[in-house]
Amino acid sequence: MSGLSEIGVKVESGDAQEPELRGNTLPLLHEIHHALERLVASNEPTVIDVQSLPMGPGDLERLMSALGDGEVRAELEALGTTVIRESRFSGVWIIENLNGKGGVASRFIEITWVPELLQAQAEDVQKGLTELAGALASAGN
Amino acid sequence: MAASNTVGDVLRANGVSRRGFMKFCAATASMMALPPSMVSAVAAAIDSAKRPSVFWLPFQECTGCTEALTRSHTPTVENLIFDAISLDYHHTLMAASGDRAEEAMYEEMEKNYGNYLLLVDGSIPTGDYENYSCTNGHSHLSMLLKAAKGAAAIVSIGTCAAYGGIPKANPNPTQAVGVQDLIKDKPIINVPGCPPVPTVMTGVLAHYLTFGTIPELDKFGRPMAFFGQSIHDRCYRRTFYDRGMFAETFDDEGAKKGYCLFKVGCKGPVTYNACATLKWNDGVSWPVQSGHGCLGCSEPDFWDKGSFYRPLSAAYWGDAKTVGISAAAGAAAGLAAAALARGKQKKAQQQEEQA
Repeated sequence: MSGLSEIGVKVESGDAQEPELRGNTLPLLHEIHHALERLVASNEPTVIDVQSLPMGPGDLERLMSALGDGEVRAELEALGTTVIRESRFSGVWIIENLNGKGGVASRFIEITWVPELLQAQAEDVQKGLTELAGALASAGN
Repeated sequence: MAASNTVGDVLRANGVSRRGFMKFCAATASMMALPPSMVSAVAAAIDSAKRPSVFWLPFQECTGCTEALTRSHTPTVENLIFDAISLDYHHTLMAASGDRAEEAMYEEMEKNYGNYLLLVDGSIPTGDYENYSCTNGHSHLSMLLKAAKGAAAIVSIGTCAAYGGIPKANPNPTQAVGVQDLIKDKPIINVPGCPPVPTVMTGVLAHYLTFGTIPELDKFGRPMAFFGQSIHDRCYRRTFYDRGMFAETFDDEGAKKGYCLFKVGCKGPVTYNACATLKWNDGVSWPVQSGHGCLGCSEPDFWDKGSFYRPLSAAYWGDAKTVGISAAAGAAAGLAAAALARGKQKKAQQQEEQA
């Protein structure tokens, strides 16, 4: 856990704002809706880099709460931990790359059938094939 | 590892899988402010990119830029960026010092003559004050002129290296200047900020590493990818500006409700940087989110442009036309408030002059 994340932070201004002034949650949900329509209609995936968007206090929490949790959750251990989870809207995935301290270093929303990171990569499969053949050979088979 | 190896070689030698590599590329593309659709192109370019040799020379500075970078919140990716380059000299970070370290640096520069990347933080004292900032008995002016000769490009890290920064502030006791005031025959990328956003620093390195070219720059030599939009345009409080809803003081109801900080001196409308999206401290917050206006630290001569707490409409920053443009970008309510603030400011100025 990051040292900073242990400091209690109470966001007051977020709730004090009028609902229509709450920034990016609603526009982003509309963007995700359009992307999901595109995926269904033309099989075209979309990736949204959440870090590239200006988010106000409480904005991200509201977005994540709106997306909720779905059926799939996976952890990838490659260059640090990555958490991949499907939202309650099937086909909308939240991908969080964690830094060495457990904080989120980058966050993407992928609208796709299966995130590319979850699929085995040809280069890694080839390497695995060689290693397995080597292991079998050294075992005398 | 030899500098001639490709970045792909370095990553594979570190046991990075293809899946890990693609993750690295996605983070790097994000760092370079490229759209996610560019990840495949970034992967192809990084895989075959030559590992550049990099020298970092700290001059008249406070070490804040190095602190910001080394305490940045994406250590895995940023460590890899530094593994992927060959950082041959940084006297704050390296263990070696003195004559031997300097000799080794110049030897490496000679080997990579014409091809290395030179990073500089801190301003450079000149004229009669040249010797006010030295390393191991050599003035920083002489070190810069020597190191710049063989550089393929120079990256000025921080506002001091880019434009002279705080050391250059009136009365500029050491006649400090930025790198671009002294070096005219090399490509120079300015990465200003006091300090710069860490992700911006690594993003610029990642761009050079990936494409082997300098990124598109604005009129102040800053990469457009990070400095192409004003703080104001990317600010989450912009909605309040457009509706004419302002904090009048730092403790009034407007401040508590998170209204726009324009009237308490925010320089966001004339400041170009990526703080509003990339943020600071693990992405926790940034000055405006914490309730303080932008100081404009990535703009040239920001320290000498009057109080941080006077509204922009006082026209210390840029000319009235610049402020007019920023106000015109808002709605009528914002304009009216800006005009009101300008009126108040004029009165305050007059009172100050009479005092």
